[in-house]
Amino acid sequence: VRRGLAFRALLGTALAVALVFLTLPLVAIFVDVGPGELVQSLGEPAAAEALWLTVRTSVIAILIIVLVGSPAAYLLATRSFRGRAAVVTLVELPLVLPPAVAGIALLAALGPQGLLGGMVAGTGVELVFETAGVVVALTFVAAPFFLSQAQAAFSAVDRTLIDASRTLGAGEAATFLRVVVPAALPGLASGLALAWGRALGEFGATLIFAGSLAGVTRTAPLAIYAFLATDLSAALALAAVLVAVSGALLLSIKLTAGRGAALTAWRRVA
Amino acid sequence: VTAGGPRLALIAVLVAAIAFLPEGCGNRGEPAAARPELTVVAAASLTEAFERGAGEFEPARVRLSLGGSDELAAQVRRGVAADIYAAANTELPEGLHREELVERPVVFATNTLVLAVPRRSAIGSVDDLEQPGTRLVVGSPSVPVGAYTRKVLGRLGPERARRILANVRSEEPDVRGVVAKLAERAADAGFVYRTDVLSAAGRLRAVALPARLGPRTSLAAAVGRRSQRPGLARAFVRGLVAGRGARALRDAGFGPPPER
Repeated sequence: VRRGLAFRALLGTALAVALVFLTLPLVAIFVDVGPGELVQSLGEPAAAEALWLTVRTSVIAILIIVLVGSPAAYLLATRSFRGRAAVVTLVELPLVLPPAVAGIALLAALGPQGLLGGMVAGTGVELVFETAGVVVALTFVAAPFFLSQAQAAFSAVDRTLIDASRTLGAGEAATFLRVVVPAALPGLASGLALAWGRALGEFGATLIFAGSLAGVTRTAPLAIYAFLATDLSAALALAAVLVAVSGALLLSIKLTAGRGAALTAWRRVA
Repeated sequence: VTAGGPRLALIAVLVAAIAFLPEGCGNRGEPAAARPELTVVAAASLTEAFERGAGEFEPARVRLSLGGSDELAAQVRRGVAADIYAAANTELPEGLHREELVERPVVFATNTLVLAVPRRSAIGSVDDLEQPGTRLVVGSPSVPVGAYTRKVLGRLGPERARRILANVRSEEPDVRGVVAKLAERAADAGFVYRTDVLSAAGRLRAVALPARLGPRTSLAAAVGRRSQRPGLARAFVRGLVAGRGARALRDAGFGPPPER
């Protein structure tokens, strides 16, 4: 009994240490800024502009990630084929890539002199120095977070559910949309939340690939960096807002997705 | 014992070995403990010269932290314990001096603002920058290179300056950002220092700016008030003016400080 107690004390201590270490810097931002300054800095056009750009680009990136990533992850989760392990590793590689490297790599691939630079220019789309480039950078760094989570979520779906759906005559696409996705929803939502969080905070790849220009490519993290030297309190205030916005977004996704999944499960039973 | 046991233990030992490896292992020999340490925060444009100069500074082991001068000044204000602050202008160190965060700044070198273009570029003068559609990259207004750029362009007159600044596609936090965009040919032109073009090893070409635009810049360094070794730090700054540090600066293309 006493050994069990000691172990539980150890677990509790570890959690307490993790909690304090991970939340203290966030708390410090809010202590440093103060609510009055926070509201005031939100009214500043440069800060509001950067926040709006961040929300816009990250939403587009997340839409692309979910629309392309879900079927891709489903394939990886449910089929076995030669080289599957290699494919899984390759699509998750950006997870461990330093953001600066991601930015340089994107330039080398899609920049004017890049591998596909001619092709990009041919379509008339400009990426470098344009908002579209920000979306590309966000998608590149955030997608692996969703892909790996979605894959795990799809693998965890009960095979008998899928088989039952097929036996009852539903096609593969219908089964995917009406059975697999709802069943995997909590996992998909947490993947989405992770990817979105990563996209909201993206800095290095955006700066190197898309540049930094107010209203066009200067997202909130870049604006924080730009303010850092001139107006530290504005930088801190914007940081506080970013923390609050990200936190609220992620929390709401987790809550709604959790409830939605519970609801669909309950309906199926009833 | 499961099969995973020994393997796990091996991984743990390897990780511990990497984590607690003696510090000197990654460095170029030399017993680290015997020599005192100096922390130098320096402008990104000084990267090459200081990396060489730091290695040749015998009295101490120099730890370099490089970035935009403005951002480094913000760090000093925030209490970063830097022994030396070396900026790409004189205004920022003077500002820190007025706030009593650093000692009196010393001008240790000069540099020249140039128009940098990719090696095979048709751009031959500042006039070409007025062409709409030219992709221009500059430093952000808070970093010295960006401030100089705006000052120089301002001397062209408000109309021309406006036309040129309308072509700015990105405001980079330091010179390295501008150089990278040009080296990757993502941008058509950018304003950097002459030394940046020299260290870009042939990928960039410098277009000199007319002298009437006043492209000459001065760099100043100051010893931090909170330095634990102010004597050593002052010796380092003296070396930048006349000594091995100065030689490394000349090699990198920096000019000598103006005579007083």
